[in-house]
Amino acid sequence: MSTAATHLAGDRLPPFEQVVELHGPVLLRYCAAQVGSDRAEDCLQETLLSALRGYARVREVGAIRSWLFSIAANKAVDLHRGDGRLAPPVDDLAPLGASEEPTYRDDALWAQVRELPEKQRQAVTLRYLGDLTHSEIAEVMETSQEAARRSVFEGLERLRREVTA
Amino acid sequence: MTNAPRSDVRPLEPSLRDLAAPHAGAWERVRRRLSERAAAEGLVDVSFERHDSPLGSILLGATDAGLVRVGLPNEDEKAILAELAERISPRVLAGSRDSVTRARRQLDEYFDGDRRSFDVPLDWQLTRGFRREVLQATALIAYGRTASYREVATAAGRPGAFRAAGTALATNPLPIVVPCHRVLRSAGGLGDYRGGSQAKAQLLDLEGAA
Repeated sequence: MSTAATHLAGDRLPPFEQVVELHGPVLLRYCAAQVGSDRAEDCLQETLLSALRGYARVREVGAIRSWLFSIAANKAVDLHRGDGRLAPPVDDLAPLGASEEPTYRDDALWAQVRELPEKQRQAVTLRYLGDLTHSEIAEVMETSQEAARRSVFEGLERLRREVTA
Repeated sequence: MTNAPRSDVRPLEPSLRDLAAPHAGAWERVRRRLSERAAAEGLVDVSFERHDSPLGSILLGATDAGLVRVGLPNEDEKAILAELAERISPRVLAGSRDSVTRARRQLDEYFDGDRRSFDVPLDWQLTRGFRREVLQATALIAYGRTASYREVATAAGRPGAFRAAGTALATNPLPIVVPCHRVLRSAGGLGDYRGGSQAKAQLLDLEGAA
């Protein structure tokens, strides 16, 4: 048995508080990439509430991270559906909420990410904001590992072309 | 695009990872609303808050039944939360609860010297059997008074079990509120304290029992 498998099977669920503190900030970024910063907080709020509702049924501690991203991906779709918007707006570079803090370290790059086609944006943000593996990304996007890898690659290629154009 | 394309963002991957940096204002807002909504939906089995005191930051954890854990400043918060998750429920989340709000107010009064006993519902589930009996006997020791380990063991019905009584007191999940700091060595000396001997001395000093 691999060490990873033993690790998953034997561990007890950490306090939900710890899950929120550990993954919440990155999930917030991910939500912002999917639905825009104006609705990122709602997206995360729904994600975490939904996660807490199902938390006691989680069996694999090691899979919590990709499970959270799957929930967030679904909530992002729900939010789009809710108001009939087909694609996220591109003019949402105002800081999250009313704070004066800069939202992103590199606004230009962020804007490029936000303008990527749906699949590439999902794949790139899951890979680099979420730090998910290709197989985890495939799980979240409900696609094959190969397709996930390709979407990440194509997204990166497109960003490279644009930032050096 | 308002910004001109930049050529200085290479290599791309680290810049992308940088985008994940947290945003404090938005994050705090999310945390606050999450606690409120989760509590309103009854999704939280153990709530906790941190409370500033003259001893330092005290963690107060509560279930629907009442205050379940008082964590002293020298205790590891992560370990306390892990213990609550394992022994009660993993649905542990920061947030307020009536018993915690009451405990916070009463702790302030206690440390100001304006309160001599606590009136907060207690959840005793983290201790059982003889240990619980020892702690319930300890809860009856009046403000400003002290007792020996043997006296507490006797009050709990097993006069010879003073060592076991010591263990019960050392693992008191509700220190200060259940005043294990009032139990001293009969030979003199303060004896051990979960919160450290300095905290024990400070509490006895406050109560004028030192």
